[in-house]
Amino acid sequence: MKSVKLTIDGKAVEVPDGTTILDAARANGINIPTLCHLEGVKDYGGCRLCLVEIKGSSKVFPACTTPVAPGMEVTTNSERLREYRKMTVQLLLSERAHICSVCVANGACELQSLASELGVDQLIFERDWPELSVDLTHAYLVIDRNRCILCTRCIRVCDEIEGVHTLDLMLRGKETQVVIDLNENWKNAPSCTGCRKCAKVCPVGAIYVKGEALSSTKDKEVAKFITERRRSAFE
Amino acid sequence: MNKVRVATIWLSGCSGCHMSFLDQDEFLLELAKLVRFVYSPLIDVKEFPENVDITIVEGAVGNEEQLELLESARKRTKQLIALGDCAVHGNVTSLRNALKKGDRAVLERAYLELADTTPQLPTDVSPLLKKAYPLNEIVEVDHFIPGCPPPAPLIKYVLTELLAGRKPVMESKAKFG
Repeated sequence: MKSVKLTIDGKAVEVPDGTTILDAARANGINIPTLCHLEGVKDYGGCRLCLVEIKGSSKVFPACTTPVAPGMEVTTNSERLREYRKMTVQLLLSERAHICSVCVANGACELQSLASELGVDQLIFERDWPELSVDLTHAYLVIDRNRCILCTRCIRVCDEIEGVHTLDLMLRGKETQVVIDLNENWKNAPSCTGCRKCAKVCPVGAIYVKGEALSSTKDKEVAKFITERRRSAFE
Repeated sequence: MNKVRVATIWLSGCSGCHMSFLDQDEFLLELAKLVRFVYSPLIDVKEFPENVDITIVEGAVGNEEQLELLESARKRTKQLIALGDCAVHGNVTSLRNALKKGDRAVLERAYLELADTTPQLPTDVSPLLKKAYPLNEIVEVDHFIPGCPPPAPLIKYVLTELLAGRKPVMESKAKFG
């Protein structure tokens, strides 16, 4: 396969054509923060945490959906990008009721640890306090929409890995919500296989298993693992 | 040497942040050599004094009395620190903000509907504000120490930096929850 040469944070790298900036950076030991990215399913470019700068453009680009190009000079960690990332995390925290101290994901939450890593020690935006629904009807799965950051990892893993597409989004903008089948209660959703992959990949505490510590439920690698096993089965 | 004048305030919070402050153990003895506590729930001073160098505030702003105290403290203080998640972003105290039916509904829910015995509304306390506010929605805040409660070593770090005239760096140190 054709390879592409570029620089990331001044480091010369060479990756196969078609690789995303995010994969190219990670393959070369450069970490770019992400929330919606999940290895094993298609990228969505929704969380905007992986924004990077490319020399020659004043715009910023999501690293997870931008492919590399020959001679590209990528910056992943400028002062401006750090400010943008901090602001994005604050917007996510302000949009819904993210109260870490009373959340099942406290200590096992990607949003919480990212806020810490970036030094987010305050919220510059007033919180919105929407009253969204919590579905406790399923035998063991729970969705609390007040804690959802709309990363759609659950939707993509349900569709692309489990292959049932029980979960999807409804409404738009800040009203957007994850729904089960045609906005059913979870116990009435005929398409759900109860596989728990949605809870395994949720970066926050929005989907979880009743009576189970989130730290033990979470398994971000599940989609990558299954995708790789399937690929190797056909090789 | 003139000692640094420090005040601590306890608003709508559980006192856990003050407990975490006390949890600095032997550092408190070092601190006592450098600072003088001029106002605190831990000492018996009724009026918030003038010319305070550092004021440390625990809790969200939940009622009129707290609003008044915070505003006068801000006017009389050089540097104001929000200590803990309630002061920083509202935390548990602000969960009532999602009940958008007003302060009366909040009191009725807590003191009448959920009362096991002798349901009655409190009468001799300051009126609740419509919302529980984090400090930075009311006054300017100079430093934030998040956490529920903030760990004692983080409080120590911020105080050490401020007393040495440096700006604390919170990357990878501050953590909500």
